[in-house]
Amino acid sequence: MCLSVVAKIIEFIDQTQAKVDINGVTKIITISLLKNELELNDWVLIHTGFAIAKIDESKAMEIINAYDKIDNL
Amino acid sequence: MRFKDTSPKLDKFRSRKIAKKILHSIHISYAKINRNLKLMHVCGTHETTVAKSGIRSLLPNGLEIISGPGCPVCICPSEHISAAIQLAKQGAIIVTFGDMFKVPDSELITLSNTKSNGYDIRIVYSINDAVKIANNNSNKKIIWLGVGFETTAPMTAFTLINNPPTNFFVLSDFRLVPPAMELLLSDPKHDLDGFVLPGHVSTIIGTKDYDQFPEKYNIPCVVGGFDALDFLIAIDMILKQIIRGDSIVENAYPRVVKAEGNTIALKMMNKVFKVVDAKWRGIGIIKKSGFELSERFVKYDAKALLLEPIKSDRDLIKGCLCGNVILGKAVPQSCPHFLKKCTPETPIGPCMVSDEGTCRIRVLYEEK
Ligand code: SF4
Repeated sequence: MCLSVVAKIIEFIDQTQAKVDINGVTKIITISLLKNELELNDWVLIHTGFAIAKIDESKAMEIINAYDKIDNL
Repeated sequence: MRFKDTSPKLDKFRSRKIAKKILHSIHISYAKINRNLKLMHVCGTHETTVAKSGIRSLLPNGLEIISGPGCPVCICPSEHISAAIQLAKQGAIIVTFGDMFKVPDSELITLSNTKSNGYDIRIVYSINDAVKIANNNSNKKIIWLGVGFETTAPMTAFTLINNPPTNFFVLSDFRLVPPAMELLLSDPKHDLDGFVLPGHVSTIIGTKDYDQFPEKYNIPCVVGGFDALDFLIAIDMILKQIIRGDSIVENAYPRVVKAEGNTIALKMMNKVFKVVDAKWRGIGIIKKSGFELSERFVKYDAKALLLEPIKSDRDLIKGCLCGNVILGKAVPQSCPHFLKKCTPETPIGPCMVSDEGTCRIRVLYEEK
């Protein structure tokens, strides 16, 4: 039940809904929990038909790159 | 792909080379600490990540990952299912997520059996579908089963704030994760050395609600994501805290989780729900751990529609150790019914039903 998936915003329908692409499948989701912070082509985390977070790729890369730099193998 | 929450740019989260580096770091840190450690996660999806990717077998001997109270379906009280069944028998349409469909109540009756007996029970993906059903069936009462943790509650709050049809009701049994952690840590006999905090619950509530635990119990806490590398990084960060003699809340999942959480969702939840003491199946009452509808939204409360009160003398079938499995105090294999009377095909306890249930995950992925 706590499963969430990532999706890319491909079209805004109105202020509360957007079309997203989830692995090639198009779905309409509610974006009201993230008002005003979304743009086309943003990646969002979807839970039961609602976007609950915008994915911040740069923060993710900071962490992973820190490990990548370790030269221990 | 269901468990991956990385966009294509983040392919590095599947890199074997980086996984090896993180594991190497974990092994070095663990050797420095040089004692047995027990780390707990409190999320069924984390357990799936751990089991599916075989993380336990890659960790040093003595570094144990245990599964805590992270399955909302498993801890949903038997009375909730009995109430839903009674409402279906009173003529209502019950609408729910698939996870709840096969969970037995204390008499081993499920929503699935009830549907086979001709009652109207429907599985949907989203509460939005339940609202559509209400609009298309204005002569019937529609009951939405409000089950889940903080991740799932905002959608119900959003729906009630936006004036759903008058025939739409909610059977609210949402539960909150931090009070369950408090229950575990307040036990003087607990032997936990760290928590991997649930990524999706934290997406909503942020990280501040966890600050109390390092302060009060001196225990490292790190928010973890759902790719195997995310989880390994969280473990590595906990070990580093132990080496430093530190106990703080850190975030190993910042691509999604912010310290303040999802503030819009939190505001909606505050408006619609009030926090109450609540029953967790197999565990009992946990203080301030549940959401009931607040006075302003009480007209949507499905409990008020019940023609008879729901009574239940027991919670689980005799012998089922779900309560202890959920608290990380027993492993599924120690249950007398595990893979005998209780299997994924014929579950008799809630932990064998849900995809987030520890018993089911143990059978499906590993470690028989
Ligand atoms: S194996 Fe079945 S009966 Fe035993 S604890 Fe797990 S769910 Fe309960």
